[in-house]
Amino acid sequence: MSATTVEAPLAVKGDPRISPRAHLRHTGALIRRNLLWIRQDPESMFDAILFPVIFTLLFVYVFGGSIGQSLGGGQERYVQYVVPGLMAMMGMNMAQGVGTGFNTDFNSGVMDRFRSLPIGRGSVLFAKIAVELMRMLIATAVLMVVGVLVGFHITNWPGLFASVGLSAVFGSALMWVFLTLGVIMKSAQSVQAMGFLVLMPLQFGSSIFAPTRSMPGWLQNFTEYNPLSSLADAARGLMVGGPVEHGLWVTLAWSLGLTVVMAPIAIHKFRTKS
Amino acid sequence: MTRIDNTPRQAATGRSAVTVRGLVKHYGETKALDGVDLDVREGTVLGVLGPNGAGKTTLVRCLSTLITPDAGTATVAGFDVLRQPRQLRRVIGLTGQYASVDEKLPGWENLYLIGRLLDLPRKEARRRADELLERFSLTEAAKRPASTYSGGMRRRLDLAASMIGSPAVLYLDEPTTGLDPRTRNEVWQEVKRMVADGVTVLLTTQYMEEAEQLASELTVIDRGKVIAGGRIDELKARVGGRTLRIRPADPLQLRPLAAMFDELGLTGLATTIVDAETDSVLVPVLSDEQLTAVVGAVTARGITIASISTELPSLDEVFLSLTGHKASTPQDENPARAYEEVSA
Repeated sequence: MSATTVEAPLAVKGDPRISPRAHLRHTGALIRRNLLWIRQDPESMFDAILFPVIFTLLFVYVFGGSIGQSLGGGQERYVQYVVPGLMAMMGMNMAQGVGTGFNTDFNSGVMDRFRSLPIGRGSVLFAKIAVELMRMLIATAVLMVVGVLVGFHITNWPGLFASVGLSAVFGSALMWVFLTLGVIMKSAQSVQAMGFLVLMPLQFGSSIFAPTRSMPGWLQNFTEYNPLSSLADAARGLMVGGPVEHGLWVTLAWSLGLTVVMAPIAIHKFRTKS
Repeated sequence: MTRIDNTPRQAATGRSAVTVRGLVKHYGETKALDGVDLDVREGTVLGVLGPNGAGKTTLVRCLSTLITPDAGTATVAGFDVLRQPRQLRRVIGLTGQYASVDEKLPGWENLYLIGRLLDLPRKEARRRADELLERFSLTEAAKRPASTYSGGMRRRLDLAASMIGSPAVLYLDEPTTGLDPRTRNEVWQEVKRMVADGVTVLLTTQYMEEAEQLASELTVIDRGKVIAGGRIDELKARVGGRTLRIRPADPLQLRPLAAMFDELGLTGLATTIVDAETDSVLVPVLSDEQLTAVVGAVTARGITIASISTELPSLDEVFLSLTGHKASTPQDENPARAYEEVSA
């Protein structure tokens, strides 16, 4: 800037707003950054690829026989039950990772630079969520491949895509929660520990891995409104048949609620953290 | 909204590019900034000198809109930090105490990313990235992740990143802390070139030598307060310019030597100090003539000198001279002292 530009600072003086196009451009540039990370460090994709493999094999071969029996079939019956359940878990798992990753990122000097640039503060978070959703889709694709290999029958393709979409919606809602934790908590370890504490009961106190019929009454009440149960039930209904509506609405309500409450908090915390 | 302009920059006009009045920031009981006033004139470098914990980084963070001050006002290039943060972010560049580059990204990608975030069109962002890598001698390392860079390369990349948007005001927060002397020189050269281009710089540092190399004016802060300020040469005169360190061959000569200098009135405005740990006398001198006179007086007395050197005053000495007390926070690193060997 020459001295004269300081006097009459810049064309943008009267208009400090950031246009929607600029928002998209900034988010796009930051998505590119996060994708380059993956290229530099392909090992960071291990969790997205290995997690569905390990969980599918573990549950189908370890618990498949006995839970399948209670479902009135065998291991084959359980495959049909658990694969949609595991799909519900993909969003949750990626969401948990986003918190720890973002915490590390946030504590590096580059965040200060981003925050001192004239960009919408949400862009950094939107980019992170976009890339995590891509990872989630990859994880889901791996899950379906492994699922089919161990005997899962895809009978309803539109239902499959609908459940992937629902899982992505819920996953991104949950990412706002973990992004908030990632910003406000001091270390990546504490974010991870916190995520573990919250998600363990949600994950196992649900219909993801086993039907809730045999659980005690209070736990059944809990699972009824546990969003992971609802998501698993809805995915199951969509993919292999069964009731969809209750699960679908509960999941959408949770997603909407979490996003409406947590997204502004995450962006605000990101903006004001010193 | 391209902010690139290659018109030659004008020399300092005396107008204030950064104006800070009564800036206050508290963290609980700690007063990180306790009513700071300062001005950086357009096209000049203001050094903000202070020990760790003096409030230097807090000041820079307030002026880059990273944190909100509790009281006071600050304008940068005509924009108010509180009311016009977005406009303000368009005209500043920030180089933090710890290199604020993305370590996982190659150097080129770092610069391209910042260009895109500053709304440069793709082509322009590419051109700017190439140009700045060239300018900061990083072209060869363009494709390597920044994590493989040496400390000096990382700081240069950081400086390049701050220059993408041709900022009107550049904040350099301890740009050479933790660098070895050779690399520090390298960074100084780059900063001098940027200053020659007319950018206004607010530089924070713990090193008197760095301030002397780069800044024309100096503000000394301690515990969030400005304790002295003015042109570097004025302050140096108050502090005593350089310090001559003389170690007599016979330690018993220490005190007579010090007494002699005080008697002769040869020293600068600060007083002679006897450093018992190293058995030497520290004599503040203002000019080459004084230095010669001091050496002459020692020779005239027939005192044998074991070693002699001149040093710039350290931060501690600056504080001692300006405030009468030592810098309030103990240093966790040794401030670099410049040694210019004098051929005796």
